[in-house]
Amino acid sequence: MSKSVVIVDYGAGNIRSVARAVAHVDGAPVVSADPDDIDRAEALILPGVGAAADTMENLRSRRVIGPVLEYIAAGRPFLGVCMGLQALLDWSEENGGTDCLGVLPGRILRFSSEGRKVPHMGWNTVEWTREHAIAEGIPTGSAFYFVHSYHPTVDDASLALGMTEYGVTFPSAVGRDNVVATQFHPEKSGEVGLKLYSNFLQWARSAAFVSFAGAGTGS
Amino acid sequence: MRRIIPCFDVNNGRVVKGVSFVELRDAGDPVELAKIYEREGADELVFLDITASSDDRATVYDMVAATADQVFIPFTVGGGIRSVTDMKIMLELGAEKVSINTSAIQTPELISDGAYRFGSQAIVVAIDARRVPDEPGTWEVYTHGGRNPTGMDAVEWAKEAVSRGAGELLVTSMDTDGHRKGYDLGMLRAISEAVTVPVIASGGAGGPEHMARALTDGAADAVLAASIFHFGTYSIRQVKEHLAAEGIPVRLDPRHV
Repeated sequence: MSKSVVIVDYGAGNIRSVARAVAHVDGAPVVSADPDDIDRAEALILPGVGAAADTMENLRSRRVIGPVLEYIAAGRPFLGVCMGLQALLDWSEENGGTDCLGVLPGRILRFSSEGRKVPHMGWNTVEWTREHAIAEGIPTGSAFYFVHSYHPTVDDASLALGMTEYGVTFPSAVGRDNVVATQFHPEKSGEVGLKLYSNFLQWARSAAFVSFAGAGTGS
Repeated sequence: MRRIIPCFDVNNGRVVKGVSFVELRDAGDPVELAKIYEREGADELVFLDITASSDDRATVYDMVAATADQVFIPFTVGGGIRSVTDMKIMLELGAEKVSINTSAIQTPELISDGAYRFGSQAIVVAIDARRVPDEPGTWEVYTHGGRNPTGMDAVEWAKEAVSRGAGELLVTSMDTDGHRKGYDLGMLRAISEAVTVPVIASGGAGGPEHMARALTDGAADAVLAASIFHFGTYSIRQVKEHLAAEGIPVRLDPRHV
């Protein structure tokens, strides 16, 4: 079997939307929770919507945490989307406090509802804060589609790839080495969103990945 | 950002109400229309299924799935959604949200059950209302596409829908709908100020200025329109440029700004 783009199947609500967007730019991805499929992936995408505790519980019950962490630690190309970003950080304030995967140092905090409607739902702009292959050809200030009540914070500002303002200014795209993740939904963000998926896959297949191999980002 | 939302009436999987685009090969194909509007800068789409027979849901299911395959902005499906199972089907087929109207009034638990199951962000409650004669500042809710009066006050119903978990309200004035003379700003403002969730203004758009008024004086978060877009009176881009010039935040492709 040739290498595939694999979308981690753990019951997240946006799996089909993500799969459709990837299919639109790249041909049909494999949607799977099978450790062998994850191990064989040429690029791995972790989608997600909903609550933090549910997300972590579903990842556990589908037994995908081990395979995903091994994949990431091996320095291979990984994209998290929405809860797929939040799951990567250390901890979320949601559901009375939820431990997450700790791949990237940071926490998820609830939006203050003062003067702002929560959830943060709809289009908002992303200002790129550093150059990255996933942002290639997407002008800074482009709008993406968001739906969330909790927002990421990162301990190390250099983890941010893009920032968004909604009462607070938060990193709406993050990345380190082989890992990138977005709080927004590229699969619902029209042309720029499709471009981001296509950029991610191009990056995943590029020479950039040689330098990450074996480096590991797990902590 | 304020949102511009074209709305389609769909019957047996086909768009009705004379959509006229020169570039269209098939003016009744919802997917083709949706793609055009996505390209033009629509922020979301609403499909209202008006198929008379509730037996034949297959055509609307096919339409939702086909749209989700090819359109990459959020869309809402309303019409004929009477149970949590109906909601689940639409959301799994690829709709971002479902809209309920008459069924929410008949069974208000449907709002809370849907919100609990899928999250408030997926549940839109549509409210059709009419001014109460001789009672300024009062609007009555109607069901069944505006045919049946309920005796319910629109502002009170809006508050109840939100307290039950509606994530958004789609508010249509039966007085202004179809007249192209502007939205019912008084009703929009009364409802917007009474609730904490986004309000989508509907009914009466004749041009960009009406939309600007709904978003400012009416305090709406989004404007919905059908005929002015479908007849090509204004493009979505023209509307957005007008709103941007008035200082209303809208999504414009940075490459074109």
